[in-house]
Amino acid sequence: MLTVEGLRSRYGRIEVLHGLDLEVRSGEIVTVVGANGAGKTTLLRCLSGTQPASEGSIVFRGENLARVPAHRRLARGLAQSPEGRQIFTNLSVEENLRLGAFLYSDERVDRDMADAFAMFPILKEKRNLAAGGLSGGQQQMLAIARALMGRPHCLLLDEPSMGLAPLLVAQIFEVVQSLRARDVTVLLVEQNAFGALKIADRGYVMETGQITMTGPAAELIADPRIREAYLGV
Amino acid sequence: MDALLQFVFSGLTVGAVYALVALGFTIIYNASDVVNFAQGEFVMLGGMITVFTFEAGLPLPLAALAAILLTAALGVALNKLAIEPARGAPVVSLIIITIGASILIRGASQLIFDKQLHRFPAFSGDDPIRVLGATILPQSLWVIVGAVAVFVALWLFFTRTLTGRAVLATANNRTAAQLVGINTAWVMTLSFGLSAAIGALAGVLVTPITLVSYDVGVALALKGFAAAMLGGMGNPKGALVGGLLLGLLEAMTAGYLSSQYKDAVAFLVILGVLFVMPQGIFGHKSTERV
Repeated sequence: MLTVEGLRSRYGRIEVLHGLDLEVRSGEIVTVVGANGAGKTTLLRCLSGTQPASEGSIVFRGENLARVPAHRRLARGLAQSPEGRQIFTNLSVEENLRLGAFLYSDERVDRDMADAFAMFPILKEKRNLAAGGLSGGQQQMLAIARALMGRPHCLLLDEPSMGLAPLLVAQIFEVVQSLRARDVTVLLVEQNAFGALKIADRGYVMETGQITMTGPAAELIADPRIREAYLGV
Repeated sequence: MDALLQFVFSGLTVGAVYALVALGFTIIYNASDVVNFAQGEFVMLGGMITVFTFEAGLPLPLAALAAILLTAALGVALNKLAIEPARGAPVVSLIIITIGASILIRGASQLIFDKQLHRFPAFSGDDPIRVLGATILPQSLWVIVGAVAVFVALWLFFTRTLTGRAVLATANNRTAAQLVGINTAWVMTLSFGLSAAIGALAGVLVTPITLVSYDVGVALALKGFAAAMLGGMGNPKGALVGGLLLGLLEAMTAGYLSSQYKDAVAFLVILGVLFVMPQGIFGHKSTERV
């Protein structure tokens, strides 16, 4: 579904991604784990187009998206729930969700909205409140729900567990897992390596802008190097 | 009492123009957080282009339409040529660019047109209408109705249409707007075009009353800005109320104090708003959770 080859990206003169290869197959949950500053967020920003790729290809469903502007990528089926949640704080919860389906104006929008409310009942309760007033966990739910409103084939999730209480983290990961049933492929970037690897099919380990290890999630969890470096065991 | 009503009429007329200028500010501010100080020049161009195309032989409605469309095109050009290339620059830099643009437009108008005062005939004649002992020009009614109509249209646009909400979303969070598929560059183009068209409409409506020359834009921009601040920057309702209120304040000052102090009112309003309630009448304090 998604094949990244030789991806490089830079902020000014400083290159932060040094030729990255990565693959996500249809129906998978794939996770990229790594320490703070490894370039995980930059990777996702390149995939969604909010950060330019200086070299390499991003082939998604048979088309190279590397030069496609960010606002056209959702129509191709690639959605991102960005780091720091990035919701529309001045708009209501419902308006946020409606804008998630900005590309559509058919009757499915209402169905999808009802779906989102079924998935996160708390959002339904707060549908008319300004999104900026939600708690961190609720904002994260809104960000995921909004991304799903765009009917993606593949969802890029950036640090959904960041800053959340353990109970909420478990809930968010449960939601991510439930996306399998909806035929949404997931690329999950996480610092919480243990939680991410537990729900993922495969994983990549990223260090200073490069992929240093890859394999089935179960193998990575068992790998002593990973356990020492990222799982704190 | 008659005098009071007369001041109210003149205040509402001027206030409606300020409201239109303030509405123009609102649109661009909503899309980009930029206060476009070239807004007053759009008003001037609306009047000037109508004058010259009318004198060249075009019927008045067509001349007015041409002025609005040409000014809208210039607004789009301003965005494409000056604002878009500076994308990513701090808002203050963008505001300074608009000040530069306003100086450029003023200078160019002085060369292309001239330095004289101009007017064209009022739409429904110049016979004042008598109301309760005071009089109002039919053109004043055009101005007031025009401002209210534009306000209602914008209010519906921002609250009822998806495109309107896309504009608000772009202002609120550009990255997130792109991620939901909004073409943010297009939103900016739309905002500048729309805002310039509204400015030009104000110029078309008011020229028969106040006359127009190449340099009327500066004062209008400042007063429209004061009106927008008073009502709450970014809020169409605030722009309308702020504009009318400022117009009334000016008319009362001119009537009861001295017309020499009239222009000071706008500045006192800006100062007062900044000291007492920086969010304006309808602006809400922005709160953000981190």
